[in-house]
Order: sequence, then C-alpha cells, then structure tokens
Amino acid sequence: MSDIPRRLARIGATITLGCGLSGCTLRVVDPAGPVGMQERTILLNAFVVMLVIIVPTMVATLAVVWWYRPGNPKAVRRPRWSFSGRVEIVTWSIPLLTVMFLGSMAWIGSHDLDPGKPLSSTETPLEVQVVSLDWKWLFLYPEARVASLNQLVIPVGRPVRFSLTSASVWNGFFVPRLGSMIYTMNGMATRLTLQADREGSFRGLSSHLSGDGFADMTFETRAVPQAAFAAWIGGAQASTDTLDDDAYRALSRQSSKVPPKTYRLADDGLFDRIVTQALPPGPGPVAGRPDPTVSPRQGN
Amino acid sequence: MSAATAPLTAGTGTPAPRPADPYRLGRNPGGENPATGHGSGGPSPTAIVVSYGFWIFILADVITFATLFAAFAVLKDATAGGPAAADIVDRGTLALETACLLLSSFTCGLATVAMRVRSRLWFQVAMLATVALGAGFLVLEAREFAVLVAQGAGPTRSAFLSAFFTLVGCHGAHVTAGLLWALTMMAQVAAKGFRDDVVRRTSCWSLFWHALDIIWVGVFTVAYLMGVTA
Amino acid sequence: MLGKLSLAAIPLDQPIPLFAGAFVGLVLLGVIAWIVIAGHLPYLWREWITSVDHKRIGIMYVLFALVMLLRGFTDAMMMRSQQALALDAPGYLPPEHYNQIFSAHGTIMIFFVAMPFMIGLMNFVLPLQLGVRDVAFPTLNSVSFWLTCTGALLVNLSLVVGEFQRTGWLPYPPLSEITYSPGVGVDYWLWALSISGIGTLMTGINFVTTILKMRAPGMSYLRMPMFCWTALATNLLIVAAFPILTAVSAMLILDRYLGFHFFTDTAGGNSMLFMSLIWAWGHPEVYILILPAFGIFSEVVSTFSGKPLFGYRSMVLATMAICMLAFMVWLHHFFTMGAGADVNGIFGVMSMIIAVPTGVKIFNWLFTMYGGRVRVSAAMLWSIGFMLTFVVGGMTGVMLAIPPIDFVLHNSTFLIAHFHNVIIGGVLFGAFAGYTYWFPKAFGFRLHEGWGKAAFWCWQIGFWLAFGPLYVTGLDGMTRRLQHYDVPEWRPWLLVALLGAVTILAGIGCQIVQLVVSIRHRDALRDTTGDPWDGRSLEWSTASPPPAFNFAVLPDVHGEEPYWTVKERAREQHAIPDRPRYAAIAVPRNSPTGVVCAFFATLIGFSMIWHIWWLAIAGCVGAYLTFVVFAWRDRTEDEIPADEVARIDAENRAARRDIYATMETVR
Repeated sequence: MSDIPRRLARIGATITLGCGLSGCTLRVVDPAGPVGMQERTILLNAFVVMLVIIVPTMVATLAVVWWYRPGNPKAVRRPRWSFSGRVEIVTWSIPLLTVMFLGSMAWIGSHDLDPGKPLSSTETPLEVQVVSLDWKWLFLYPEARVASLNQLVIPVGRPVRFSLTSASVWNGFFVPRLGSMIYTMNGMATRLTLQADREGSFRGLSSHLSGDGFADMTFETRAVPQAAFAAWIGGAQASTDTLDDDAYRALSRQSSKVPPKTYRLADDGLFDRIVTQALPPGPGPVAGRPDPTVSPRQGN
Repeated sequence: MSAATAPLTAGTGTPAPRPADPYRLGRNPGGENPATGHGSGGPSPTAIVVSYGFWIFILADVITFATLFAAFAVLKDATAGGPAAADIVDRGTLALETACLLLSSFTCGLATVAMRVRSRLWFQVAMLATVALGAGFLVLEAREFAVLVAQGAGPTRSAFLSAFFTLVGCHGAHVTAGLLWALTMMAQVAAKGFRDDVVRRTSCWSLFWHALDIIWVGVFTVAYLMGVTA
Repeated sequence: MLGKLSLAAIPLDQPIPLFAGAFVGLVLLGVIAWIVIAGHLPYLWREWITSVDHKRIGIMYVLFALVMLLRGFTDAMMMRSQQALALDAPGYLPPEHYNQIFSAHGTIMIFFVAMPFMIGLMNFVLPLQLGVRDVAFPTLNSVSFWLTCTGALLVNLSLVVGEFQRTGWLPYPPLSEITYSPGVGVDYWLWALSISGIGTLMTGINFVTTILKMRAPGMSYLRMPMFCWTALATNLLIVAAFPILTAVSAMLILDRYLGFHFFTDTAGGNSMLFMSLIWAWGHPEVYILILPAFGIFSEVVSTFSGKPLFGYRSMVLATMAICMLAFMVWLHHFFTMGAGADVNGIFGVMSMIIAVPTGVKIFNWLFTMYGGRVRVSAAMLWSIGFMLTFVVGGMTGVMLAIPPIDFVLHNSTFLIAHFHNVIIGGVLFGAFAGYTYWFPKAFGFRLHEGWGKAAFWCWQIGFWLAFGPLYVTGLDGMTRRLQHYDVPEWRPWLLVALLGAVTILAGIGCQIVQLVVSIRHRDALRDTTGDPWDGRSLEWSTASPPPAFNFAVLPDVHGEEPYWTVKERAREQHAIPDRPRYAAIAVPRNSPTGVVCAFFATLIGFSMIWHIWWLAIAGCVGAYLTFVVFAWRDRTEDEIPADEVARIDAENRAARRDIYATMETVR
C-alpha cells in the first residue's frame, strides 16, 4: 500500500471520527493488535475511496437543484433531454470501477483476515478454548489445565488461537480492540486467531443476542507481559476450585453478572465433550410468569 | 374482466405528429399505429388472467417445496444415530403411492376433457375416480407414516427424519387440500353447471393437481430413491 | 378448553404494557363506539371494509401503515430512552421487556409499516398508471389486506395477552427454540408473520399478473412508467421470496409444536440452516422495500423537474439487475459465522455489485433534474433528502459488505445506523414522497405544503441526530440490543440519539398536523383538475379522486409518457381530444370475503398460539366455508351504465379543457 491512501485515510479519520470529541479512543479504530490494525486500514481506505465519490455527488445534487430552480433566468432548460449515451457510460462506469476496486479489496481482505488463518509470528500460538454460557464466558487453557470465567488473560505479543463453541444459544465473541469477532454455536467449533501487541485491559462482549442476560455478557480481556501471564497461570493452577463435568453442568444453568473466577481444569477434554454434545446443551429458562411456557423470566 | 370487455375506442381524434421517441421503442418507429399495436392490445381476458395468476401461484408453491428440498438436502445425513434414508423406504408402498398419484393425474385429465365437452356425468365420474385415487394415496402415506412412528422413526427422532416427514408430509397436505378442492368443484359443477367461473376454477384445480404430480416426482426421487441408492 | 390461556397470561404486574394496552384498547373502543353511534358503520362496511376497489384498499393499506408507524415509533422512543438512562443502571425496562420492545419494533416497522405502505401505494397507483380499471384479482386483494391486519392484530395482542418474542426481529434459533424461548412470544411472531405473509404472497401474485397481463392498449413493457417497473421487480421478489419465509416459519413451528429437529441444538438440528433460509428471504425483502421507493423517486423527480426520466432504459436495466442480484447476497448477513474466506469473499463482492445499479439510479435522478425546472415541493424535498441521505447509507453498506470490516462492525450499532440510513432515508422518505405526491389523486385535495416541509426537516435532522451517533458508538464497539451498558463514553452519543428521536417525533407531529390542517382547508387545497403537479403518466389523466372505474374509456398509449403526450398535443391545439364513445362498464362487486376470512385467520392464529386446538379447527372450517360462499355467488359484477360514465367523464373533460386552454405551450 502506498503512502498516499494511508495519509488520506488518516486525514479522513481525523476529520470524521470526531477526534476532538472523544480523543480518538473509538475502540475499533484504535486497535491493539495486528488483526484489528489491518481491519482498520481496510475500513479507512474504503471509507475514503467512497467519500471521493459520494461527496461530489451530494454537492452536485444540491448544485443542480439550486441552479435549475424555477426562478433562475440563467439556467438553460432542456425539457426533452432524457438520453445521452456518453453520460450513461459514465454513470455505469463510476460505480463499476469503484466496486471493482473495493471488491478486490474485499476478496483479498477476506482471505488475508480469515478468522481461522494463523498469524505470522515467531512465537508458538497460545491455545484458548472459549465457551459461551447463559450468560457467561468460559475460557479454557488446555495446555496449562486452567479455566477462567468472565476474564480472558493473554500474553502480549503472542498469537492466541481460539477455538469457540457455545453451551446453548449462539453468541458472538468480540474484543473490539483486538479485531475480528466470530459466532459461537453449540455442537460446532469456530476458529479465530488474534494477538495483542499492547498491554492493557480491553472490553470483550457478546455480539449476538442470547437472551435476557445478554447485556451482561461482557468480559475483561487482560493483555499482560509473558511473565505476568505465567504468574497468572500459576495462580490459577493453585486454585481450589476444579472445573469438571459436574461443575460445568452447574455453570451452564442461566445466570448473569457472575464475577470473574479461575479454576483448575480436571482434564483437557472438556471442550471436546461440549462440542460433541457429550455434555448436553444448557437447560434454558426455568421460571416465569405465570409459568415459563407463557412468559419466561430470568430466574434470579 | 370488465376492462377487457370495454370498447377500445381511442379518443384522440386526428393523430398529430408524435414527439420523437428517444429510444425508438415503438416497433413501428416514425409511423402512427392506429391499432395501438406494439403487441399489446389492452388487458387480457379473464380466463387468461386467472390461469396466468394461478401459474404464478404454482411457481411460488414450487419455491416452498424447493425450500423444503434444500432443508432435506442439508439435513439428510443428520440422522443422530437413528435410521437413515435407506432404512425407512418401503418400496412396495412407494410404488403403489406413485401409481395412485400418476393414475389420478390421468383421470384428472379425463375430467378436463369431460368439462370441455360439457359432459356433467363423465366429469363427475372422472373426478370421483381422481378423488378416490388421491384418497388412496393419502391412506397409503398415512399408513407408511404410522408404521415409521411405531418403529421409533418418527419426525422427532432426528433432524433427517424431521426433514423427511416435513417434505413428504407437505406434499400430502397439498394432496389433502387438492381433494377438498376437487370435492368442492364437483359440488359446484353439480349446483351451477359449467359456468365460466366454475370452468376457470376447475382448470386451476387441474393445474394444481398436475403440479402436485410433478412435485411428487421430485419428492420420490430426492427423498426416497436417492436415499436408497446413496 | 382454553389451552395455555388463563387470566394469569395478562401482565397485571407490569404497568407499562398494561397501560399501553389499555390505552390502545380504549382508543379503539372509542373509535368503534363513535362509528356505531354516529351511524357510520353501514357506510364503512359497504364502502370500505368490503370494498374490492384497488384505490380504497390502497388507501386503507397506507392508513394502516401510518397507524402502525406510531406503534413502532413508540417502541423506538422507549428503546432510545432506555439506552439513554441505562449507563450502569437498569433503566426502566427490564431485559425481558426491553427485548420484546426491539423485537416488536423491527417486526412492526418492516412488516406492518414499510411493506403495507409500499403495497398500499402500489395498490392505489399501479392500475391507474397502467391505464386499467382494477388489479387482476380484486377480491384477493381485499383478502391480502385483511390478512395483513390479522398479523398486526396478533402482534399487538401480544402486548396484553402473554408476551411478544424477545429474540430480535427474526427468531434466530436455537434461542427461538422451545428450550430457550418456552413462552408464547415466538409463536406470536410465527403465526402473525405466516398469516400476513400469505397475504403478502397473494399481493405479489396479484400485482405480477396485473402488470404482465393487464395494461392499457399500447402500453408495451418499455412504455410502463418507472414505478410500474420497480413494482414489477418488487412483486417478482415477493413471489420468489415469501414462500421461503412461509416454509422456514413452518419448520420452526414444527420444531416448537411437535418436537421436530430442524434447528435445534440436539438430534442433528442445524441452526445455520435457519440463518441461510431466513436471509434467502430476508435479503430480497430489503429490495422488496426499497425498489418501489426508487420508483416513487423516479416519478417525483421527473414530474417536478418537468422532464422525462433520464436514462429510462438504464433505469429498467438497473431495477431488474437489483431484482436478480437480491437473491445472491444473503450470506453477507453472517460473515462472522466462519464460512471460510472464499465464500465470504464471493458474497462480499456480490453484495457490492448491487451498489452499481443503485449508483446508476442516483446519477440518473441527478441528470433528470439537470436541465429541468426543479420545483422544490414537499414531495420533491423528500426525494432530494433521500438522494443526500441514501448515498451515505449506500457507502456504509458497501463498507459492511467487505468481510474484514464486517468482522469488527457486524451486529454493532454501526449496522443499526446503516440500515436505518437506507430504510428511513430510502424506504420511508420514498413512502412519504409518494404519500404527498399521490394524496391529491386519492382525495381530491393537496396536503399542506408548509407542514409537509416542516415534517421533512424534522425527519431529516432528526434522522442524522438519531443515527449519526450510532455510527460512532458502533465504531466504539457498541453492540446492538443492549438493555444496559457500562461504558461512559457512549452516554453522550446516546443522549444525542434520543434528541434525534424526539426531533423525529416532532416530524411525526408535523405530519399529523399537516393532515388535520389539510382536511380543514381542503377547499383551498382542492385539486379540481386531476393533475395538480403537471404530471406525465396516466394517473393524472383521470379525475381526483378517480371514479370507481378509473378511466371512462381505456387510454390509448403512445410513447413512454402517455399523458404528457396527450397534454402537449392539447396545449398546442388548445383543445382536448374529441369526446369518446362511452359504453357501460362492469366493476367487481364488493365482497366481505376478505374481512370474514381474516376474522377466521385471527381465530386460527390466536388459538394456535395458545394451543386451543378446537378453535383452530373451527377457524379453518370457517375460512374454508367463507371461500365456498364466495365461490357460490351468482353476480360478481355491477354495471355502470354508459350515460353515467359519460356524465362522470364530462366533469373531468371540462376541468381539463380549462387548464389546457390557459397553459403555456412552450416551456
């Protein structure tokens, strides 16, 4: 990518994204990792390219309306002019060329940034398994045999390979400052690779409606240095709580606003048992008015 | 339709030169076409409009079935440990069902012929035969379903069986509706004779009945034969 | 006996739906009481409820859409105020209620505002523009309308009896499956939409047949006004897409009622199948809504610029291209499902390709105005506002069609802002333009221009205030459907969005005032000529409001702008065409089939929702008998004698004689 579009993109971002108002902290355009960074570039490029088309169109619309107002004696009226081959060629080719350009961007982008594609890095990726529960997030670290509820801790500078599934309904796993989101679905595993290049605490959330507790399906993503990560793993391994099948079944019941917590993982096969439905999907709502079959309600 | 019967006298008086047609869309560029021409002489007669509309309805119905076919294709292998397509097909019943339906199409054709020659007796006889064959098809299908459910291969067993029962059952529901319609048309012919609107409706019904046959060929091929051979 | 239904189903402990329901109920009762006491009921029954006249049905559709707009907008206000309050706070709507609100908002706005508005305008305008006397199947038309009402009635009933669905405007499984939504809410959606969907499908069949088989003599395809073309495309899409909705609803019904496993988590069900099928209907649905709006803008821009539509053939091509492409892009609604790079890439590119014909349309409207005499009336104002707003919506749409961008903006408020940008800025502005444009044709007097312009400015400014901020919060990682949130930076934007909603409310207020003022001053706003805007297509050649038979004699069509051609000639000659020979005209007899059928459909829907099986069966029998009774009638048409036709047409001719005599020849 040459320098000019990038500079244009930066100018566009500065003008339109309201830097002055929010100090340029819009999460999606202020990414902390390579995936989000590339997506931001594509976003801004597409935005600027299209601004080049639509701003003149908008100006021309207003200008034409103004110039051809009934009271303008200078306007040359052509009340029968309704066809011009040359104009038609232009009206078809402008959108066509734009779309060809943006279309190749979409094609290349969807290959470069395919969620399952590994990131180029010298570090070996960290495996993290994600399970969306009603209405919690469970993160499993199979290598270290630990699990974490509603808090994702990852090392800075090392790619993280996520395998994702859901205990019941669909959810979307999304950490805006890291980049791509992906659905979590029961009985299936999706894949996503992300990486944090900066230390920090990032807001994570569910991007797909999952029921009454949906708004509380947020989690903190902490990107910490390698050493701190190892320390955190060590702390979790020393945890008194063990996550086995029974503990998981209890977790899969509906509840929300559950504070973050760490577990020792009984074995590294839990995720597979969820995906293959050896552990059955979550039970759904149990309480309601007058009973759940008429109008269910969160049972707390 | 009323519009079709209205006189087409044009009130334009002496034709003045037409403004230039920028695309030369008229098939007779430059000259006046007193008959208004251009291949369209005003609204079509009711009989054509009605059957045209019904054709479009059939196309829409075919899309409904296409959706069910798509669902079946997706869920075909989702047997969840239950019976697969090859396990549930009873070829004898299938052959009988198909024979019933194809024969009923033939008698349906006879009914149309009888209607054309305005023979009430033969119309009723042919319709009765059609209804009987259609009912025979339904009985066979119901029995087939009952057997499957009794074997524990009902639609709640697996996604594949859900799709199978829905696809075949949707066709069966159409046949049921077709039977009800056929009986209604028989009653109406008996009561009103071969009035224009009755004839139009009966033609639509026969279109519907033939379309069900065609769809059965699809159901038969996709839900039964392809399952057995796969 | 009553299935799941008991008094406990009425939410006596929840004041908001209860009061809202009671209020609406009281207003309805009041209206009905007034109608009965004032003795209007026989008139209403005879002239409107049982009417099969396409103009009456069209007007009822639009009225229905306007009423439902108020209902849907109330939901919008509730959502905006909830989000304005709910920073680290529960707000005033608990999640189980809030989720119903946004689900109802989407359902109502799409199915019971946008669609009926467009179908109503098509109903009213199509036969007039095609130069014929009615649609192909007038009684079926009435059935369609009343089935749409059934759907809306069921959705509104859920306010006070049970609950509405809480899964968003589309019931995505597995959330909508019986395990995770055991309540009646999803059933309300399924039955309401199945029933009204059948009505819509019938409308599609009816209009396609009308356009393809019922046109005035000489009206070849490439002489049809642009609105007819876009209506054709829309109705082809309805015919092709709505059966998918019916089928997929049926599958979900089977899952929920009989324990089938189409979309369940268990027994091999496949929830991704639902996603594909629903969007195979859902994406064409988007174009079902926007294409008629494109047609309206074409008519309005051409009329108020005093020029033929620029690049008519290009526009036809673009319309049909959009119609085709609409079926090839559905996957862009779930790029984030992990379908793989090739699939995402192809659907991304296909989605963008739709921007080409759309862009062509924008340019063609621009060139239609170029060289014209652009009169900025209220209808034209909506059109210009549309062009300026819609291009932004198109831009953000193309952005979202790029998979990597969608990966960070999918389901965010950016997406919300995008589709409101095209639906408000495109569909709704188009509906309002059409409403303003054809109102005098329907009622014989124009709408007040000043209040119309005020409404436009409120809507335009309100729209940007309401949805501009959502673009920003979307870029800040705010997802849709949040009942509360914990990010203080979003709060100011959401407050601005609330302000925008209030501004739109002012716009709606202006429109109500506009209607009242226009009715009060109808004599001053009277359209005596039948041609208030100096129109170009055939609807302006007949009186305002048109007689029951539309045209005393069927027009003889020469060229693309038949009425303009006639007018030009008359202007040159200062005379109107010779008096034609009149003949008696047969018009279809009114029939209560539609409303009775809808009554039984309501019974079926309601009893299925509440598992009252006997009532459902009774409803089916009733509906069947209704059709039998209809089929048994002996007189299907009434005849208007030739003298009567001549008398009515004489007035129309007299009015036109005067204007042609006074109009300038050269413009």
